[in-house]
Amino acid sequence: MSDENPVLFGLYVPPHPHPLLAPNENKGWGELRDAYDECRKRIEESDADIILVYSTTWPSIVGHQIQVQPEPEWVHVDDDFHFLGSMPYKFRMDAEFGNAYADTASARGLHSRTVAYHGFPIDTGSVVALSLLNPDNRLPACIVSSNMYSNRAETIVLGKAARDALIEQGKKAVVVVVATLSNRMFTAHIEPSEDRIHSPKDEEWNRKILEFFADGRLEDISQLSRDIHGQIRVQKVVAYKPAWWMAAVMGQHNHYDGEVLAYAALQGNGGAVIQLTPAKGSVGDKEFDEDDVEFYRGDRSVLESGAESVPVVEDVPKPTISTRKAPDPVGAYPHARVEGNLLYLSGVGPRQAGTDAIPGGPIEDEEGNALDYDIKKQTEACIRNVKTILEASGSSLEDVIDVTAFLIDMKRDFKGYNSVYSKHFEPIQATRTTLAIQALPTPIAVELKVIARAP
Amino acid sequence: MTEGRIVLGCLAPHPPHLVYADNPEQNEPISEGGWETLRWGYARLARKLKTIDYDAIVILTPHWQTYIGTHFLGCDSFESLSVDPIFPNLFRYHYDLDVDLALSEKMCEAAREVGLVTKMMRNPDFRVDYGTITSCHLLNPDWDKPLVTISSNRNRHYYSVEVMNEQASALGAACAKAIKDSGKRVVLVASHSLSHRHFTIEAPLPEDMSREHIYNHSQYVWDMRLVELMREGDMQQVIDLMPEFTEQTSAETEGGGLTWMMAAMGMPDYPAEIYGYQSVIGTGNVIACWDPDEETREVVL
Repeated sequence: MSDENPVLFGLYVPPHPHPLLAPNENKGWGELRDAYDECRKRIEESDADIILVYSTTWPSIVGHQIQVQPEPEWVHVDDDFHFLGSMPYKFRMDAEFGNAYADTASARGLHSRTVAYHGFPIDTGSVVALSLLNPDNRLPACIVSSNMYSNRAETIVLGKAARDALIEQGKKAVVVVVATLSNRMFTAHIEPSEDRIHSPKDEEWNRKILEFFADGRLEDISQLSRDIHGQIRVQKVVAYKPAWWMAAVMGQHNHYDGEVLAYAALQGNGGAVIQLTPAKGSVGDKEFDEDDVEFYRGDRSVLESGAESVPVVEDVPKPTISTRKAPDPVGAYPHARVEGNLLYLSGVGPRQAGTDAIPGGPIEDEEGNALDYDIKKQTEACIRNVKTILEASGSSLEDVIDVTAFLIDMKRDFKGYNSVYSKHFEPIQATRTTLAIQALPTPIAVELKVIARAP
Repeated sequence: MTEGRIVLGCLAPHPPHLVYADNPEQNEPISEGGWETLRWGYARLARKLKTIDYDAIVILTPHWQTYIGTHFLGCDSFESLSVDPIFPNLFRYHYDLDVDLALSEKMCEAAREVGLVTKMMRNPDFRVDYGTITSCHLLNPDWDKPLVTISSNRNRHYYSVEVMNEQASALGAACAKAIKDSGKRVVLVASHSLSHRHFTIEAPLPEDMSREHIYNHSQYVWDMRLVELMREGDMQQVIDLMPEFTEQTSAETEGGGLTWMMAAMGMPDYPAEIYGYQSVIGTGNVIACWDPDEETREVVL
């Protein structure tokens, strides 16, 4: 697992088939194609392990769907633009990542499921984007749907779950959002040469959004999403969501290097190819107009409302919680236990789930020789594990009430530990006790014992 | 040549769950059944269709969504695998169907002549939508009649339900004229549910009927209001209520199917035959038909 940003850069690209099937029929379509080609080169030159696609032309109803068919293959034809030609494809999907993404989404309270069926109709936007950005399947990909009923909270949590899965799998990604800007099409057939943005108002808003993108102000666009939806979007889904997802997976701030590679009309819609690259040293500057959200607690239990008399075993809260996303316990105890309204966590160290690696390094080698270690990285990993266990329990870091911290070297480590702790817990204002102890069971320097509100 | 005519109009919802529950050999997933009220209703309507002499089925489906006008299937036949993008766990259906191309072209031309934007879909790689497959399988499991699929123009998204009503009515009248000129006997199908708010989670066993119910009571009350008007034979009022009904219940009538069919049939003022009402993953579904022939029209439910 890496502490680095798992997203190398993000791309915002249009879903229409014109740049793929008819780039020479209109100057703007050709410019979009050239921009797509440039992005393809940049992906090839990057260190990315995966291309992660959020497509607004893949609507879902039952939660979110994630494509995990290893090699989906078909000949796709668009519902409207069938006359432009067919789109044969064969893609390479990262099924392991897709399954991990479904797990991290579930851990954050989302209903999600994977799809792996021959002939599953991959949507036009995903087909166009992957055909142009990754024509040789040089990298594996993952595609996630856009739930037609989902709104801000659900979409942001979906983005954060993608980031969780990338961190968990230690993968570097290029994230691709497939969406238009304004989406009002001409409702009559037009000659390619006649294509233009549908209205001056759409044009004005598109230019404003592009200016924000060029300035790297992703979080600002995210927070403008409701306005964008009301002003320049056809009301066929509940919200304009792509910036919510993109900001959540890339980092909810405005510290990006933005580049608009192309902007053109597509049957009246605003199509743009945009790259956002996290700027070095970014620390984020969130100023949320609406609450940020870590865990989804939406209306997913509606189906149960008519079946109260038929308890479903998996829905009964479990008194103890264990999760494979956190490091294995070193004794006979669960990661957490619910008693009444409180959630008690066992002591949590910085070891990583699956590998037992210790971020910041162990305090000693196998022979017991002391090693230099980074207390800040250990503390950061500790808090991340606490967060993982809380979320697996249906709670969150914001629900923490009391923390007991154990340090093996108070004099050496208190300052570093305290600075990382403050970063996460200052807004939460949990009570805290810090104790110096002689040793911990594994070669780590810090451990946290937490009590939180139960979900 | 004798004049063509519409011999029956069917409101035929297309939840893939019904095909899944039916376990036909064309569908890959296997189920333990479910949604019998609708499936038995469909079976009865399919038996009635067997007694009627007709040449083709013309179906308007909301799952072929077009934003640039109305499109018509434009190849002689289509054979492929239809996988529902929403419920791929339930519906992976191998289909092989014939198109009444001459009738399709006639309707496309008639609609163009009254000022509607139209297009023939002539790409042989095109995959026919699962709404068409589901409704046609349930109405005519033998697949022994050619069909024409008409796309659902999304004018409701771009403008309003009122505009949808206007344009779907014009499309219906144009199709009726084309059918008359064709000399063919045609069954019309509006493929959609009524109220259409879904649950966004699915029971572990999709056919677990202890988990199935309407999404909310408001949807149910609205659905019953429309069904009552259908029973009374007051389809003009149904169409007049369409904007309010569609907006209040997120209804699938937004695709224009029922308005199109009623306009094509001259806005029936006789009672519909009701074959069943049931929820599917929270949506409200009624199977109904309008039989212009008084001799064969009956009270079913």
